[in-house]
Amino acid sequence: MTINLLLLMALTITALGSVLKKDLVKAAIALAVTSIILTILMFRLASPLAAVFELSVCAGLITVIFMSTISLTKPLTAQQEEERLHSRAKHFASLPVMVIAAAAVLVFVGIPTNFILPPAAPAGDVRNVLWNERQFDLVGQMLVVLAGCFGILVLFKERVKTTRRAGAAWMRAIPPTAAGDKFNNGAQAPMKDDEVVSETVPFESVGRKT
Amino acid sequence: MASLLILVPLLGVILLNLPLRFLKRLAFPFALALALIQASLALFLPADLWNRIVVSFDGLGNFNLTVDRLSIVLILSIAIVLFAALFVGWFTIQDEKKRFNFINLLILAVIGMNGVVMVRDLFSLYVYLEVTVLASLVLISLDRDRDGLEGSFKYLILSTVATVMMLTAIALLLMTTGSTSFSEVAAALKTRPDYVTTLAVAVFVGGLSIKSGLVPFHGWLPDVYSSAPAGAAVLLAGIVTKATGIYTMIRLVTAVFGFTPQLKALLLFIGAISIVVGALAALGQKDFRRMLAYSSISQMGYMILSLGTGTPLGIAGAVFHLFNHAIFKTQLFVNAAAVEEQTGTHDMDVMGGLSARMPVTGATSVVAFLSTAGIPPLAGFWSKLIIIVAVWVSGYHIYATVAVLASLVTCAYFLSMQRRVFFGKLAEEFQSIKEARVGILVPEVVLALITIAIGVLFPYFLNSFILPMISIVG
Amino acid sequence: MTGNTAQLIRMMAIFIPLLFIAGFYCVIATRSLIRALIGIEILTKAVTLLLVVAGYLTGRTAFSQACVITLITIEAVVLAVAAGLIVNAVQHTDSLDKRKLENLRG
Repeated sequence: MTINLLLLMALTITALGSVLKKDLVKAAIALAVTSIILTILMFRLASPLAAVFELSVCAGLITVIFMSTISLTKPLTAQQEEERLHSRAKHFASLPVMVIAAAAVLVFVGIPTNFILPPAAPAGDVRNVLWNERQFDLVGQMLVVLAGCFGILVLFKERVKTTRRAGAAWMRAIPPTAAGDKFNNGAQAPMKDDEVVSETVPFESVGRKT
Repeated sequence: MASLLILVPLLGVILLNLPLRFLKRLAFPFALALALIQASLALFLPADLWNRIVVSFDGLGNFNLTVDRLSIVLILSIAIVLFAALFVGWFTIQDEKKRFNFINLLILAVIGMNGVVMVRDLFSLYVYLEVTVLASLVLISLDRDRDGLEGSFKYLILSTVATVMMLTAIALLLMTTGSTSFSEVAAALKTRPDYVTTLAVAVFVGGLSIKSGLVPFHGWLPDVYSSAPAGAAVLLAGIVTKATGIYTMIRLVTAVFGFTPQLKALLLFIGAISIVVGALAALGQKDFRRMLAYSSISQMGYMILSLGTGTPLGIAGAVFHLFNHAIFKTQLFVNAAAVEEQTGTHDMDVMGGLSARMPVTGATSVVAFLSTAGIPPLAGFWSKLIIIVAVWVSGYHIYATVAVLASLVTCAYFLSMQRRVFFGKLAEEFQSIKEARVGILVPEVVLALITIAIGVLFPYFLNSFILPMISIVG
Repeated sequence: MTGNTAQLIRMMAIFIPLLFIAGFYCVIATRSLIRALIGIEILTKAVTLLLVVAGYLTGRTAFSQACVITLITIEAVVLAVAAGLIVNAVQHTDSLDKRKLENLRG
């Protein structure tokens, strides 16, 4: 029991650390450490497969995503830093307030301990459960991944202007109205059929200021 | 049969993306066929065929999907809005690649919503909600412009917060009832209501309110509706908020949580406030789409108010209004897309007298607004009537009066919109605009015809459509 | 074993709300877009822990593990898309400041 208690305390401390640290990189690392502690906790709570997933995805993949996002964006300039600290001070009070409020509620109402359902028959294997009973969720995961792929495609692909291909007449892009261009992100002027324009609008990564 | 609604489009999306050149041209016809087939299935397939398991090889393919009358109404609405959004998106997006991505994401969102309305399990509900939200997110940011990205990010944050709340509730319910399927949780909740389950239900309803855009969690809705590109806005306003928010609320309250007095009071209150705040806020808007967004908030308040009565008539009214709202809100957004494309602006103060140049758009817009305001003999009048009658008969006279008064306010702001945008003098810079192109006119006219048909043929619908709805309530 | 379970419940009832509060605070009281994502991540971890505990206490570890695995996959994809949104947004406004993106107020 005491090990669980220690783990829980460490978890809360690292989580708070990632919330409160000023530097984003350190916050992301604190998040990764939180994931690792959570993995150990989950292992102790008889969920080994889920623990492995948590470790590989959250402590690994998500930290990588955070790091690349942080490196693709500028840090705040000095003036913005100051403004940020200023507004932080205003909001800062809300954290202890929320904690005290939650503690008050818990103490007042008391923590019920008799609402848990008694343990059922020995649990089946996770693999069986996942494949036999929750197939629909697996299809759902597939769909989420597909949607995410399209999302990344849409958000990251460079825009290349090329000539129109010969195709079904009805599929040729309808010439835009004069006003329609205001909504396109400034990019594409109406093209004549024979024009061959190959111009890549580059995806600029905003570099880090040293 | 039900699982085909998921598997066939999924297969289609996978096939469309294989690296064969000619497949890209099939995107539009495929999506169109999907919409038409889904609509006809919803209208004509008898109930028992829906639940027959068709695809099942080797133990794969049994999905535990159930389709009842409520789901059929939603499936039909999804198909109709897909049809409209497809046309609007196809004819307003200039870039070929973007159009292809748009169609794929549209189909993915529809698969997500089909899943949401057919599942009978809390956790699968969460999974398919996330599918829908993710597809919608990408759709909102399709143009990669600044407003779209902002709207998309706001939607992401708030939606994830709502999802976290729902998952918390699911975990708490798992602890007390040992399962997540609707029937088992419902049975357990009836026999042992206590402090923790009440907390779980409250947190769940809170999460759902964020998703439906009910007051006080409505902050994201106007921003998102006004910043999304035309086709995405049609889909979002037409069905996504309703299928993910209101339908889920109706389904869970009737099938799982049960109508406890506190829940009913909460729903009535939230519904009434949403009606009032939405209507009042819509009055002062200059931006066309923001006004429509606040109007949506108000109409969804009506649905929740009706749900809160707990009577079969109230629930039937809520579902009918959901369907009508899908039709007329989609119509309004299609018209908004047509107007924006021709005039290049959202600002209603700048527009004026457009009906001289855009007669069809103006006329269909009148049909839609009359339906929203609840003017006979259009469809909206009947559903509002049922709601107000249901609320009055249940004894909540004050709420019913509020609903009627808000209806008048609805009439007022729509009249003002119509006058500002379509009637009046034609501004100089718009002298050269033309009627919207055929591709956008098609959904406009179809939707208007549906509105008129339902309104005029209502007595027929009463027997075949509405009254059987009551049977889904226990 | 009930004494143990009760103690576990008490511990969890203290620490899990703390995690939730940390996550909510991060999402609400921050000006940087990336910090909002960190807050979302912490909230997700809190829910994951809650699900695992639920499974452990009722003996249904297989079911709760299946749920957690699905949850983790979905949240990873959502986060990737969110990161894409942020990178694009920063391109436009040249800053991570959330307030620069408050264009739509009104």
